[in-house]
Amino acid sequence: MRLPALRAGSRKFTHGADPAPDACRSLMFAFIIRRVLQAILVMVIIAFIGFAVQHSIGDPVRDMVGERVSLAEREALREQLGLNDPVLVQFGRFCWKALHGDLGTSYFHKRPALDVIVSKAPATLELVFGATVIILLFCFPVGIYTAIRPRAWFSRLVMAASTIGVAVPVFLTAIVLIYVFGVELRWLPTYGRGVTVNVGGWDTGLLTADGLRHLILPSVSLSSIMLPLYIRLIRSEMMEVLETEYIKFAWAKGLSRWRVWLLHAFKNTLLPVITVFGVEIGILFAFTLLTETVFQWQGMGFMFLEAVERSDTALLVAYLVVVGVMFVVINTVVDICYGLVNPMVRIAGNP
Amino acid sequence: MKAWWRFKNSYFFYSFRRDPVALVSFSVFFFLVLVSLFAPVIAPHNPYDTSTIDVMDAEIPPSWMDGGQERFWLGTDIQGRDLYSTMLYGLRTSVAIGIGAVLFQGILGIVVGLTAGYVGGRVDGFLMRVADIQFSIPYLIVAIITSAIFQLAFGVGRFEQLAMPLLILIIGISEWPKYARTVRASVLGEKQKEYVEAARVIGLNPVRIMYRHILPNTLTPVLVISTIQVAQAVMSEAALSFLGLGMPVTKPSLGSLIKAGFQYVFSGSWWITTFPGILLVTFTLVVILFGDWLRDVLNPKLYKG
Repeated sequence: MRLPALRAGSRKFTHGADPAPDACRSLMFAFIIRRVLQAILVMVIIAFIGFAVQHSIGDPVRDMVGERVSLAEREALREQLGLNDPVLVQFGRFCWKALHGDLGTSYFHKRPALDVIVSKAPATLELVFGATVIILLFCFPVGIYTAIRPRAWFSRLVMAASTIGVAVPVFLTAIVLIYVFGVELRWLPTYGRGVTVNVGGWDTGLLTADGLRHLILPSVSLSSIMLPLYIRLIRSEMMEVLETEYIKFAWAKGLSRWRVWLLHAFKNTLLPVITVFGVEIGILFAFTLLTETVFQWQGMGFMFLEAVERSDTALLVAYLVVVGVMFVVINTVVDICYGLVNPMVRIAGNP
Repeated sequence: MKAWWRFKNSYFFYSFRRDPVALVSFSVFFFLVLVSLFAPVIAPHNPYDTSTIDVMDAEIPPSWMDGGQERFWLGTDIQGRDLYSTMLYGLRTSVAIGIGAVLFQGILGIVVGLTAGYVGGRVDGFLMRVADIQFSIPYLIVAIITSAIFQLAFGVGRFEQLAMPLLILIIGISEWPKYARTVRASVLGEKQKEYVEAARVIGLNPVRIMYRHILPNTLTPVLVISTIQVAQAVMSEAALSFLGLGMPVTKPSLGSLIKAGFQYVFSGSWWITTFPGILLVTFTLVVILFGDWLRDVLNPKLYKG
């Protein structure tokens, strides 16, 4: 687990007796400030990588003009665009533009790169949403059942399947699903998003029957990478809790079975599961790249791979910056929430 | 001889012999590595030799099906290459990339983790912050974006030529923080012990203490994560190749074979994707199973239902 660390200075501050509430609050404040500063630093680094890629690979002049423009005209254009300025000045300009939402213009789409990414985002988010729903629907009942009845044939089957499931790459699952349900049985569509409706600028497939049918296979294959892990996690947490003293006490009190299992045991397995879920949703996002490729799902990942094929540097850099910012924001928020909930994180430093 | 005797009587070997999962998974792993090493000898055809490939042989089904031929046991792919031979060569490439990437990330991670743990202070803070930051972004995203940048920087043709070393580099870069953290954690534990104190008192230089005294004592956890990392690296290679950011179709690896066959699933040529897929799953599965067993044996405290 990633725990944010405090520097030695603040550790000295809290050494010994418990800090007073006031000190605690200022510590928390210092922690948030430090965490935000670190996030800004990371964003600058990501922006610099993006800038370096654009600076060394992309040629904005090529993106703008055709073949017939003469060398002198190109040179004039370069001067006009500021491409002959010192590197740091150009980097400053890059950051300034990025802060105003200008990440360059896509060479292929002839539109601002950020617009292209934003227009593809709903597809990816809906895919992640669909997979999350499937994971949540299945992992709790199956995980609890395998913990309560570890010797039942169903539990053994699930455990064997989840061991194999970890070793099967998501694109193989997807191909098998396509072959079975798309090619042989012809039950479900295998590519694209189907009919979508536009609700307040958000193209959604969740509201049409056709869109939902298109969503089934991609979200099932995306959920297949996380489902085995969650079932195992819930099972082992639950089995651990079932061994504790207070569960024995609950049995001794003569409570009903369901009350002990669900109210006493299951509730206490939730915290670690939620913690892991927050972190792993980013991994789910990473695997959308593979799922989108197999199903030709018109999301951000599919767009990114098309951009690489077409050498669309501006779009690639914009994607890099957007994804970087997304992860930095998520991680910072999660860390600060941990800090608020769990004082150990704030006060204790790294082990 | 004495070392062998000691190994034979160790708890490690005892529990290995007693555990059927460990036995089977290690034998299959060993067999697959052998097969991939000797692929040029075993394979009936050479997929790199274009003079023996005939496009007229393309998409022949496996020999036991209608239209199958004796000379192509598992059928042929879309370019008319014998699928069985191509898979052997593909496994060879995948295993080489997997092991190469693990070596690379291991060396990188060990150097960083050892330095951070032993030197401490600002160096530690800086190195571990870098590792934290990279760790917060999923390794697959890092690998995909890095290889996309490389492909643009080198151009597709050059990238395909250099695909193998570049993939080792890319997968290594995307996974090193795991090693750095593991090594640092155990260095912090070792640093307190008397033998390190003693070495310091004698006046040995820090580099020697780090690499000759502390490093050997931190290798157990490194060994445990290395097995899992090999499986991870082989899967990363397959994923990258499947996305078209890894090995090209002309240089077979398990991932590029699956990618090449994928389009033909719709027309009913299921075998081009299925057999490499099964091989990939088998390989990663046995490595993971063996790694799990290794973790449990070497670290009984970690064992959990």
